Amino acid sequence: MLSDRDRIFTNLYGFEGADLESARRRGNWDGTKKLLDLGPEAIVDIMKKSGLRGRGGAGFPTGLKWSFMPKQVDPARPHYLVINADESEPGTCKDRDILRNDPHTLVEGALVASFAMRAHVAYIYVRGEFIREREALQRAVDEAYAARLIGKDNVHGWPFDLYVHHGAGAYICGEETALLESLEGKKGQPRLKPPFPANMGLYGCPTTVNNVESIAVAPTILRRGAEWFAGIGRPNNTGTKVFCISGHVNKPCNVEEAMGIPLKELIEKHAGGVRGGWDNLLAVIPGGASVPLIPKSVCDDILMDFDSLKAAQTGLGTAAVIVMDKSTDIVKAIQRLSYFYKHESCGQCTPCREGTGWMWRVMTRLQQGRAAVDEIDLLQEVTKQVEGHTICALGDAAAWPIQGLIRHFRPELERRIREYGALKAAE
Amino acid sequence: MTARRLHEEQPAGFAFSEENMARVNQWIAKFPPGRQRSAVISALWIGQEQEGWVTKPMIEEVAKLLDMPYIRVLEVATFYTMFHLKPVGRHHVQVCTTTPCWLRGSDDVVKACKKHISDKPHSVSADGEFSWEEVECLGACVNAPMVLINSDPYEDLTGEKTEEILEAIRRGETPKPGSQIGRHASEPEGGPTTLTERALYDPTLRHSGPSLSDDEAKNVTPGVEQREAPTQKPPGAAT
Repeated sequence: MLSDRDRIFTNLYGFEGADLESARRRGNWDGTKKLLDLGPEAIVDIMKKSGLRGRGGAGFPTGLKWSFMPKQVDPARPHYLVINADESEPGTCKDRDILRNDPHTLVEGALVASFAMRAHVAYIYVRGEFIREREALQRAVDEAYAARLIGKDNVHGWPFDLYVHHGAGAYICGEETALLESLEGKKGQPRLKPPFPANMGLYGCPTTVNNVESIAVAPTILRRGAEWFAGIGRPNNTGTKVFCISGHVNKPCNVEEAMGIPLKELIEKHAGGVRGGWDNLLAVIPGGASVPLIPKSVCDDILMDFDSLKAAQTGLGTAAVIVMDKSTDIVKAIQRLSYFYKHESCGQCTPCREGTGWMWRVMTRLQQGRAAVDEIDLLQEVTKQVEGHTICALGDAAAWPIQGLIRHFRPELERRIREYGALKAAE
Repeated sequence: MTARRLHEEQPAGFAFSEENMARVNQWIAKFPPGRQRSAVISALWIGQEQEGWVTKPMIEEVAKLLDMPYIRVLEVATFYTMFHLKPVGRHHVQVCTTTPCWLRGSDDVVKACKKHISDKPHSVSADGEFSWEEVECLGACVNAPMVLINSDPYEDLTGEKTEEILEAIRRGETPKPGSQIGRHASEPEGGPTTLTERALYDPTLRHSGPSLSDDEAKNVTPGVEQREAPTQKPPGAAT
């Protein structure tokens, strides 16, 4: 098990103060000037060597993403860092704890990351529902300004302004280009890529959008070194990760653990085990609502990291583990997610706008068994028509949970159809 | 996607209070010159705080203030679901019913709202104090089920607990937000399984207890074993 001394978010649960003085006692803002003295290239290099992959879901290498920013700053086109705190993926609540309990890791990370990308301004986009969390973050930002840790004239010698912005209830704004649209004061509808944000982002200027956790771990990685971070987990899946374990476990919780911890160990050690024991497990959604579920037989020995879950035809996503025991109406659980995607589709691309509603309606009938067996195949085919045919990944995210259900629970769908048919025939 | 329209009955006018106008100007100042429309969400938000819901005159006022066409502000007001387009109760209850909350009993929470507020979502209770709606994931999944009442989250709920909270608010009390089963935040019930090493937080313990020298900090503290990739099961075995 990961030692407490190798955990980055030492105030994840908020037992200690979130204020600057307490944060300093925990090691935040310790020698930040020395980190900046490394220079932008060296910082990006360390981030690359650490193997950190983006914590927002897609798992793109963070150091590489930073290196896409232009090396020279055109005075007419300033660089921006935008931090994605629009945490809305069902099952995920890790950024919330960072924002409310360990905000100084994020504020310090914002300074370091902005310096590495030659940005003097950063925005943190917090989802609208996180009102108390936004207040806590704003307090931390104000403290950092007052202590001249950030600001136009700060002790670190890199003029830097950090602004907290917020949304007003739209899942899609967690998609990076939709977030930029929203930040520009428009509807949150994703942009076509290319051009990528590193060339044309916020206000048409070079911009990098990173998840809260990716930014907040950066100062510790720089302080303790790339080798330390890379020494945890497996190659290509390194470091620590905040896992959110929800659903049918005895003690749902957030916990920072080593990447690649076995799913069973994660659930039994930290979340008090599956309700009714491990054998009562039906299925797990391992990475937030957008990834396909895995049945118990896969859960038995799967490791929680990007490559291992990908090999099992699912994904690590945001590392939000949704556990379902044998009492679960699994079709209803996925049908509810289909409703979520129907509700949250921004309406821009036809396959997603029409497809999410269609898939939800068929899922609703399948839940009752009010369908024909070949409609399962039709549904599968439609998910394939939506997947990959939209501007952003919301279409994929709506398709994958259904594909996972059909892949692993087709007999259950067919059973319901048979039973409903028999019931109708008897009437 | 949900179609959202403005309310049929609209007030005659809208003006930001002096204090709120100052707040809107603070938001505008966060953005580069000429990019004032970035403050549109915040301006509508502040307007909603003032009036309780987003009105047509408010949208017109914000458009004028931020130098935006009316339609662009209307788009924003109808796109983002936290903007109430008709009056809500003084205490608006957002009930999360997405899968993680549903698995832990959000149906009972919805029932409690139906019983204590009104049968239908988005309609104000008889006394004008409450309204409720079902919303998508509120991001407190390890404390499910939960509701957001105005700005405050109430977590680890049951049907009965929800009723108690609503009744207490109706009596004019302010129930304590957060977990309702005594958890501090997102740690496992009964106490955390990690972050228990006191030397992390108490510098006086560091001299006697374990602390990290600069060299030690560069290495992983022993205890994390390197793991092998699991061997993949043959297809078909995973059912």
